[in-house]
Amino acid sequence: MAYSDKVLDHYEHPRNVGSLDKKDKTVGTGVVGAPECGDVMKLQIKVNDKGVIEDAKFKTFGCGSAIASSSLATEWVKGKTVDEALAIKNTDIVEELSLPPVKIHCSVLAEDAIRAALTDYRGKQDA
Amino acid sequence: MSQHIYLDNNATTRMDPRVLEVMLPYFCEKFGNAASRSHEYGWVAEAAVQRGREQVADLLGAKDKDILFTSGATESDNLAIKGTVEMLASKGKHVITAVTEHKAILDTCKYLENKGLAEVTWLEVDKQGRVSAEQVKAALREDTVLVTLMMANNEIGTLHPIKEIGAVCREAGVWFHTDATQAVGKLPIDVDDMNIDMLSLSGHKLYGPKGVGALYVRRRNPRVRLAPQMHGGGHERGMRSGTMNVTGIVGLGEACRLAKQDMEKDTAHAIALRDRMEKKIRAELDFVELNGDEEHRLPTTFNISFAYVEGESLIMGMPDVAVSSGSACTSASLEPSYVLRALGVGDDLAHSSIRFSVGRFSTEEEVDAAADRIIGTVRRLREMSPLYEMALEGVDLSTVKWDAH
Repeated sequence: MAYSDKVLDHYEHPRNVGSLDKKDKTVGTGVVGAPECGDVMKLQIKVNDKGVIEDAKFKTFGCGSAIASSSLATEWVKGKTVDEALAIKNTDIVEELSLPPVKIHCSVLAEDAIRAALTDYRGKQDA
Repeated sequence: MSQHIYLDNNATTRMDPRVLEVMLPYFCEKFGNAASRSHEYGWVAEAAVQRGREQVADLLGAKDKDILFTSGATESDNLAIKGTVEMLASKGKHVITAVTEHKAILDTCKYLENKGLAEVTWLEVDKQGRVSAEQVKAALREDTVLVTLMMANNEIGTLHPIKEIGAVCREAGVWFHTDATQAVGKLPIDVDDMNIDMLSLSGHKLYGPKGVGALYVRRRNPRVRLAPQMHGGGHERGMRSGTMNVTGIVGLGEACRLAKQDMEKDTAHAIALRDRMEKKIRAELDFVELNGDEEHRLPTTFNISFAYVEGESLIMGMPDVAVSSGSACTSASLEPSYVLRALGVGDDLAHSSIRFSVGRFSTEEEVDAAADRIIGTVRRLREMSPLYEMALEGVDLSTVKWDAH
């Protein structure tokens, strides 16, 4: 199995590994996937008062491509507004990381994780 | 090659240089066809095949005439099963096997079942991966023609009680085949003592060449006759036609001779390395589960699940170590290991499993380095595992409602 250099780079030097306080009202948390499927991603965003994502963290149980997809997702959402972040598509991740067809689900999961985190954040603002 | 630590000896082994040496003359100098009766080229080849036959038989406690040469264990398995079902069609069509067998057995049985040529009982295994003789006895029917159960499992190394199962079959007058691919050369085998009627083996699992294997077929008490699956010149007592792979047979024979000669030494070496590595890993890491049977298993093999870490990412973190995983991401089928599933290991832990298999050429330095690599990689990956974080927080992962996809 050959990984692209970008997947290897994210795997070896993952960006933004860690956790934010999920009770914080400015933090949105998304957990997607299932252990029996072989991948679980937790992605968190912290939004400032201007509506911009100022921090993002992830933790992932999964293959190298899953780790790389979520690492990339945290990089990309940072500095974006909530609406801009919602526009990130899994196909962008596939392209950036040169994922092979069997690994496309990793990118789908990363997109789901972004959406789940944003939905969680918005829910907190409405409450 | 960058992968200089090879711990995947259940997949294949490095050929022993002593084997290569005896094979070499049979490529260019002694190239005769063993079936040529009219000149010395043929006689020399025939003598070489005969010596190989004796060497294989000797390792199994068999007679030389009981050995058929094939292209490998997959072919041997196919011949044993299809050949029996076809030969005994008038007696019945019931076959007994188990769910943890190698695909060469499972898919052959499924094929016969789909064609309506066999009715198959798929025995379940216990948590250690074992089938008992009582289970086999209970599954026997009037029309049972064959029981086929592996001697040692390729993924977890678990050993079935072959001698007891053989005795049950013998008493019932049912032929007993065992796929001993992983066991030959690693465990003492005596086909008479173990009540075995047919046995498959492969050269490349015991430091011999690829593309050559054998099937032991008992000729007396009972006399086993198989319908050929390869038709032609009537080689191998008419059961397997095709020009003899003389070079391969010479190599397989020498590999068997060496296996017998070095068995005590090889076994002690393997157990020492396996236990050393296992102990080191268990001492350094928590949430580590051994898959299989701690007592009844191959000296060379251990299969471990590193909870909360996915197998493919773990392998990716130690590119200089060659091992295999039960993770779906490393399999062609994209399903986690069916063997681990059969043991009742959850899919989450199957995804986290790594199989280590040491061998004759493994060294203490290698297993120490591999253990260090694993321990470091597991720690690093757990730092970024949401499951490990939850486990440390005391969350029972089995109660979490996951968003399965």
